[in-house]
Amino acid sequence: MIRIEGLHKSYGDRPVLKGIDLEVPTGEVACVIGPSGSGKSTLLRCVNLLETPTSGRITINDAEITSPDCDLDAVRRRIGMVFQQFNLFGHLSVLDNCVIAQRRVLGRTRPEAERIARENLARVGLADRATARPAQLSGGQQQRVAIARALSMDPELMLFDEPTSALDPELVGEVLAVMRELAAEGMTMLVVTHEMGFAREVASRVLFMDDGVVVEDGPPAQIFGTPKEARTRTFLQRVLDPIHHPA
Amino acid sequence: MTQTQKRRMARTGQYVLAAAVVLVVAGVADWPTITENFLNAEIARGLFPDIITVALRNTIVYTVLAFAFGIVLGVVLALMRLSSVGPYRWFAAGYIELFRGLPAMLVLFMVGYGIPIAFPGREIPGGVYGQVALGLGIVSSAYIAETMRAGIQAVPKGQYEAARTLGMSHTRAMLSIVLPQAFRLVVPPLTNEVVMLTKDSSLVFVLGTTAITTELAKFARDGLNSSANATPLVVGGMLYLVITLPLSYLARRLEHKS
Ligand SMILES: Nc1ncnc2c1ncn2[C@@H]1O[C@H](COP(=O)(O)OP(=O)(O)OP(=O)(O)O)[C@@H](O)[C@H]1O
Ligand SMILES: [Mg+2]
Repeated sequence: MIRIEGLHKSYGDRPVLKGIDLEVPTGEVACVIGPSGSGKSTLLRCVNLLETPTSGRITINDAEITSPDCDLDAVRRRIGMVFQQFNLFGHLSVLDNCVIAQRRVLGRTRPEAERIARENLARVGLADRATARPAQLSGGQQQRVAIARALSMDPELMLFDEPTSALDPELVGEVLAVMRELAAEGMTMLVVTHEMGFAREVASRVLFMDDGVVVEDGPPAQIFGTPKEARTRTFLQRVLDPIHHPA
Repeated sequence: MTQTQKRRMARTGQYVLAAAVVLVVAGVADWPTITENFLNAEIARGLFPDIITVALRNTIVYTVLAFAFGIVLGVVLALMRLSSVGPYRWFAAGYIELFRGLPAMLVLFMVGYGIPIAFPGREIPGGVYGQVALGLGIVSSAYIAETMRAGIQAVPKGQYEAARTLGMSHTRAMLSIVLPQAFRLVVPPLTNEVVMLTKDSSLVFVLGTTAITTELAKFARDGLNSSANATPLVVGGMLYLVITLPLSYLARRLEHKS
């Protein structure tokens, strides 16, 4: 479970998050949508403390990670994160990408770490590419490796920051399929996405963010079917029908 | 005349001029004397085997020692230069500016004569070898630090963030993820640094080398003095090129590959 209370984040004197409250119960998938620059990435990066919140509380499974005596590395190791740009380690094979943190952070032996890595690579459909270098893979394959890498650490929850935005359209599906499966297995997920179809089908909750606040928050049927806020309606019109509703 | 014709004319003129200069210089030169004094086979033969087994060997040993010391110190300085801790950054910046601004010979003098004065009764371990590693290592570490810093900064930030996201500490992320990739990027400039160090090892004479610790440049100069003939300089020079040309070639190859 993730609980965020009164989260503020400013860069210098420029506020980017202006009081975010949200809760994702264990086993649920929350999708965050919203225009560029609204603070979606910043929100995600605050949850695993890649950015230090200016104020507010973040609690993960009853441990407050924003408390000053919290061990950052210990927090991050419980949270998997998948980036828009994959960020696979370029000097390591696919297998070693999934092995290195298991060994260096969790202290697993190489055989054990390799077994777990191979399991997770099989889970994302890439068991046969273990010896490849990231640069030899397609974008979709790289993103699936990134997911396997995160899963190899046995995370309690997963953060996704626009995981398909850097992909060619025909490769989006294979990544979403892996994420859908993960959701079905009961992983707690916080997903920033522009894939409205995915949000509609997989999310238990959709949050619309604009200008540093959560404008509207509800089940997908409500957000997509009967949005209450004018800003949400305008955004959805633009995203779903950009030809008739240009920015 | 067309543009092309004009250019061809000018080019031909340049070639003719260059050829004329070479011919005049070659005509004025006294070839038998040049051969006798620069390419004397007898004297060249007399340089062997010591010029290889002692002089060339020491040149390589000094270079390797200085580079080994320089790279360790250089990486530490680069990390300090990029640290979020102010005093580390300032120290590294000051160190780098200082030792890039001083002649290597002066630093060697300081190590050879300044340190014994400052710490009477103590010696740098390894004798001349230790002094060279320290002196030339200090100088090269300043250059290597700047190269490494550029290399570290060229590794995309996402690599570091992904490592931290997996729970690695700052140090672990640097050691396992960032530095290995930074090293790959800086192999060509580091190879050039080895070429520079190979040549800088000729300054070791200021420490007062003996018959067993002498290196190529000093050995060649001693040969010049004892035989009153420049052949040792020519042979010594060629041996430097045996080291430096392949390294420069390698650096260029690696640069093209990346
Ligand atoms: N390190 C930083 N320093 C200063 N400003 C920043 C920094 N990171 C983000 N910002 C600013 O914060 C605002 C929110 O950025 P953020 O990346 O969270 O938006 P986003 O909703 O993820 O947008 P996108 O859909 O384009 O990814 C932007 O205006 C951005 O310019
Ligand atoms: Mg973003």
